[in-house]
Amino acid sequence: MNLLWLQASGCGGCTMSLLCAENPNVFDTLADAGIDVLWHPALSLDSGADVRALLDRITAQEVALDLLCVEGAIARGPRGTGRYQMLTGTGRAMLDWVRDLAPLARHVVAVGSCAAFGGVTSAGDNPSDAVGLHYEGSHPGGLLPPEFRDRAGLPVINVAGCPTHPGWVLETLMLLASGTLGADDLDGYARPRFFADHLVHHGCPKNEFYEYKASARDLSEMGCMMEHLGCIGTQAVGDCNIRPWNGSGSCTSGGYPCINCTAPEFENPRHAFTQTPKLAGIPVGLPTDMPKAWFMALASLSKAATPERIARNAVSDRVDVPPSLRKPRP
Amino acid sequence: MSAAKLVVGPFNRVEGDLEVHLDVSDGAVASARVNAPLYRGFERMLEGRDPRDALTITPRICGICSISQSAAAARALAAAIGLEPTSQGAQMAALIHAVENTCDHLTHFYLFFMPDFTRPAYAGHDWHAGVMQRFTAMQGSGARAAVEARAKLMHILGLMAGKWPHTLAIQPGGVTRRPTAAEKARILSTLRGFRRFLAAELFGADPEEFIALTTQGALLDWTRGDAGLFLRAAAQLDLARMGQGAGRYLSFGAYPLAGGFGFARGLWQAGRPGDVALDAITEDLSHAWMLGPRAHPAQGLTEPDEAMRETAYSWCKAPRLAGQAVECGALARQVIDGHPLARDLAAQGGGVLARVGARLLEIARTQLLMEALAQGIDPQEAFMIQGDIPAQGAGAGLVEAARGALGHWLRIEGGRIASYQIIAPTTWNFSPRDETGQPGPLEAALVGAEVRPGEQTPLTVQHIVRSFDPCMVCTVH
Repeated sequence: MNLLWLQASGCGGCTMSLLCAENPNVFDTLADAGIDVLWHPALSLDSGADVRALLDRITAQEVALDLLCVEGAIARGPRGTGRYQMLTGTGRAMLDWVRDLAPLARHVVAVGSCAAFGGVTSAGDNPSDAVGLHYEGSHPGGLLPPEFRDRAGLPVINVAGCPTHPGWVLETLMLLASGTLGADDLDGYARPRFFADHLVHHGCPKNEFYEYKASARDLSEMGCMMEHLGCIGTQAVGDCNIRPWNGSGSCTSGGYPCINCTAPEFENPRHAFTQTPKLAGIPVGLPTDMPKAWFMALASLSKAATPERIARNAVSDRVDVPPSLRKPRP
Repeated sequence: MSAAKLVVGPFNRVEGDLEVHLDVSDGAVASARVNAPLYRGFERMLEGRDPRDALTITPRICGICSISQSAAAARALAAAIGLEPTSQGAQMAALIHAVENTCDHLTHFYLFFMPDFTRPAYAGHDWHAGVMQRFTAMQGSGARAAVEARAKLMHILGLMAGKWPHTLAIQPGGVTRRPTAAEKARILSTLRGFRRFLAAELFGADPEEFIALTTQGALLDWTRGDAGLFLRAAAQLDLARMGQGAGRYLSFGAYPLAGGFGFARGLWQAGRPGDVALDAITEDLSHAWMLGPRAHPAQGLTEPDEAMRETAYSWCKAPRLAGQAVECGALARQVIDGHPLARDLAAQGGGVLARVGARLLEIARTQLLMEALAQGIDPQEAFMIQGDIPAQGAGAGLVEAARGALGHWLRIEGGRIASYQIIAPTTWNFSPRDETGQPGPLEAALVGAEVRPGEQTPLTVQHIVRSFDPCMVCTVH
């Protein structure tokens, strides 16, 4: 299968993350899946005139475009021209290129939250009027209209994340290459369910603290970061604490909160990223699939029952109190 | 006399996209204009936000220098608070940052720079078969070994920074996670693994041996490892003379630690060291699609010219130090830090060989620095202290990204970000002309580059551009 990768309005971090793939490395994984990279802006040899010729052959449908991967949001500014990002040497905006190429592709993959929803490129007042391929924030319809479907009948596949995990991207591409990713395998935001059916909370190393609502007050303390430090891992989709990042990591294992980077509009949380918004001392935005009253009742009960070990460790940067040992049997 | 105009783009393997306009005369570049074609407006996104949000937003300017952006934001906030990170926190932040910088140098050498030497135009050279085997894009055995070594070295980031890119681990007061003694042992073990890669693949020798080189001549005589392949090509193609710079180098100082910088801060010009006059930094907007007066970044504005006026040609502002264009990057850092090899490379003209050679030198030196930083980890100490963001305040965060000097200038009013200005390394290196007509460092370095008959994307131009290791997504941000 032929793959064309374009970098639109983004940071290139999803490609950089992709290079962190291990066992096997990214190049072997793609080759083993039968994926031929026609061109990738960071990895291919071709530059300048050769790339322009390739793009012409794709538009003329002389070269099959099986997989179109777009990384980064689409800039529509200034004044709707898209000239905040030109594909250089072509005199055309990236906006026009992606709009022309998407209908030619067998599958269109939005790599990262910028390409999927606009992401950080659309943060604040969205200075470049950026939008996702198939969504504008959480609303269907971005660069492409809501009714867009690829030649195989799928919507734009949103491998969201900021950045994306290399496994998310490669597994999506392998499934597409083997013809085994269908509409039912995508969630309500067209994110592959193999990672979007999990919550970041699953496998979080701070789970025991969460159970007792034993909370860290400041970054660098070991406790749960939901109550004070803005963590929304209980609501954010992603298997970040099940499959590790860079060998063994995740945001929460690194000691900082999950900011829900796989979700549309995560870039504008309406509060500081590392501070939980509260109403009358109670965090706003409790887990979505649980009645609030039950959550509050359980939380106050478990807080009251917090063992000394957990309460003390939660507000320390190290394990001050180790688990107690069973007494030997007589 | 033959004259032509060339537009080179899409210009890939530059972390983003780049357009170079060339006036060609008699087989050489007569003048060059460099256009950074992407504007996102990060400085504007930050206005009005909680100052701590800079730690989340600014790393996402760039997927390859993400930790550099983190470190600059953390330093700018720390300056505004009046806080110094704990000694161990600063040391761990330096280690995390050094891992990213080393990985960036490695990515540049194996994936961005060397593939150009696999082109058929070089088929007649005795190094070509070796280069094909090691550096063919996405296939070469060297490229594969390098991405695997890079991914393994980044296990230090998985452990201490949660993930890469886009970590929140670096904070004004230090780092969010304290390592245990067992984790210190793992970090040292990972570094030994990377040392084995350097010895077996990149240098064909211990990094100490490469660091011991003192002259350009000795460097060109180096035959071992992938570095040796590059140096053979460099000698035959005379990369030392290609793309020479003006000899003005800037470094903000890399890895601020309790005892000083890992690599020194300074300015180098006319073959002599000097101090960086930070107040003398200005950004000129005369040839950028930006509106407003020339200003120091503490007073700077980011107001895009939506009409994209004819007299401008890039979204990139033109930073100047006391009115001068300056070059930054690994060569600048190593020259300013006083390494004899780098000083000789600069004295011989500071061209493509110098920039790439200095990057290799810095990989070797940073390996030793990372080992020392890891040895110095004391898990008993505090890795972070807390500080409250003031309602009013200002601060600058000056660091060294892999590609050179990176500065963040922050002003807080009413507890919110009132102004945030960023000058990235490639903003310095790939700046457009200023109001006096002075070209940016790349524009100047391209003058005289060979353009062979029929070339539309001249190879020499590609070597020169990539020798700077540009990061185009950072350039305008």
